[in-house]
Amino acid sequence: MAVSWCGSNFGPYSPGMRVHLDVEKCQGHNRCYALAPELFDVDDYGQAVLLGDGSVTPDLEDKARLAASNCPEYAITITDS
Amino acid sequence: MTDTIEPAVAEPLALSDSPENAIAWERVPYNAADYGPVSDFATDFDHADKAYNANAPEVWKELRDSGCPVAHSDRYGGMWTPITHEAVNDVAYDTENFTSRSVVVSHARPGDAAIPAPIGVVPPISSDPPFHNLARRLLLPPFAPKQIEPWEDEIRALCTRLLDEMGDITPGDTIVDAAIQYAQHIPVNVIGRMLGFPEADEALFREFVHNTLETINAPTADRQENFQKLDAYLDAQVQDHIDNPREDLTDYLLNVELGGEKLSQEHVRGSIVLLLIAGIDTTWSAIGSSLWHLAQTPADLERLHDEPEVMTFALEEFLRAYAPVTMARMVAKDVDFHGCPMKKDDWVLLPFPAANRDPRVFEDADQFIIDRESNRHAAFGLGIHRCLGSNLARLELKVAIEEFVKRFPKFELAGDVSWSVGQIRGPRVLPVRILETA
Repeated sequence: MAVSWCGSNFGPYSPGMRVHLDVEKCQGHNRCYALAPELFDVDDYGQAVLLGDGSVTPDLEDKARLAASNCPEYAITITDS
Repeated sequence: MTDTIEPAVAEPLALSDSPENAIAWERVPYNAADYGPVSDFATDFDHADKAYNANAPEVWKELRDSGCPVAHSDRYGGMWTPITHEAVNDVAYDTENFTSRSVVVSHARPGDAAIPAPIGVVPPISSDPPFHNLARRLLLPPFAPKQIEPWEDEIRALCTRLLDEMGDITPGDTIVDAAIQYAQHIPVNVIGRMLGFPEADEALFREFVHNTLETINAPTADRQENFQKLDAYLDAQVQDHIDNPREDLTDYLLNVELGGEKLSQEHVRGSIVLLLIAGIDTTWSAIGSSLWHLAQTPADLERLHDEPEVMTFALEEFLRAYAPVTMARMVAKDVDFHGCPMKKDDWVLLPFPAANRDPRVFEDADQFIIDRESNRHAAFGLGIHRCLGSNLARLELKVAIEEFVKRFPKFELAGDVSWSVGQIRGPRVLPVRILETA
């Protein structure tokens, strides 16, 4: 649902979405890097690396959710603060 | 490693009825008559039954619906098959109770004289922790996403060439075999090039793969003879790389160091066996199954053709619904698993394709949903043995489907399909009638 308020184009979003990566659980399936390269990179061994501090801008929230819900090892979690 | 590779074991192998001093041993004597058709998959499971791969999703559903999370069989000297996602997951993550010492079920089990765990015959797939991690880290870099991405153009050119070689196509009339003329050539060509092996030997590689994976009900002595042929072939290729060094994966394996030393001859050869066997009919099967699906589902074919960007999700759905690879483990020590009294040296199949159809994890699990957005499929395994070549396999599958669909926007099934036998599931004969060309 897109809502505009105060004449801006911003829709409602969770202001504090963060994405977390458990490197111990990651087995290098590479799904997050394929679906959300703005949030994840991979190292020379193909293991996922979180870009930045895990904070997710509103335009990337869908991609963050996709990365989490496609990780076979449940290594990615999302929190809203 | 010395500069000369010793020839492969030439002595015929004496089969033993116990693991002591044996390379391979049989828990019960092989008897071809024991391997009749399966009547009840819950108590007499056999993945090499002729009817299994053609009907596997129905078999899994029946087992799940009857409340059987783990099937059993006396075949192969004792074998368990977890069916649910939970049970498959529990075996995959439990490297204490389940060893990877052998990952292909057959009548023969590796004995004490076979290269023992933790290294295993084909490291790292046959390795257990802690050695597994060392062997795996050697092979991860050449298969990391950024090393594999540059192969895309070559794979695309190969697919285009195979399509060209199908000759003149008359829409509505011409029938091509999508498995024999297309799918089976793609992974074998790519891995052969990566290893630096002669392109002319492709048919030979497929024979090695067939002998390893599809003849598990052959007498053990015959299987051992086939393995010796493979070893001898690889020793010759490795020797050629020692004599004529060039930049490829074989050269990488010959020169990479583990703990300050080059790899042993067995480790180099074993890893090449793994790359050759694991990378070929797995991906070939995934390409074939995906085209089999499209040949029978015009709506999905049309969507893929008209909206190529749906491939992001379609690719993973092909992998989920038609995952080709069932792995195996051996029970490392007696254990009670989900109520099953498993004994040391029992086989355990790991059917990731069955886990991918578990309705407790996947909504409408038996439906193919081309734009399924949430898809934690286990096609490449779960846990520490995640398929090393998954990035390459995914790229080959994507490009192969894209090019086929681009060239033939409409095609349909045109006859009987014949399915593989054993742990790798995919069509081996796949006649399709081309209805439209680009």
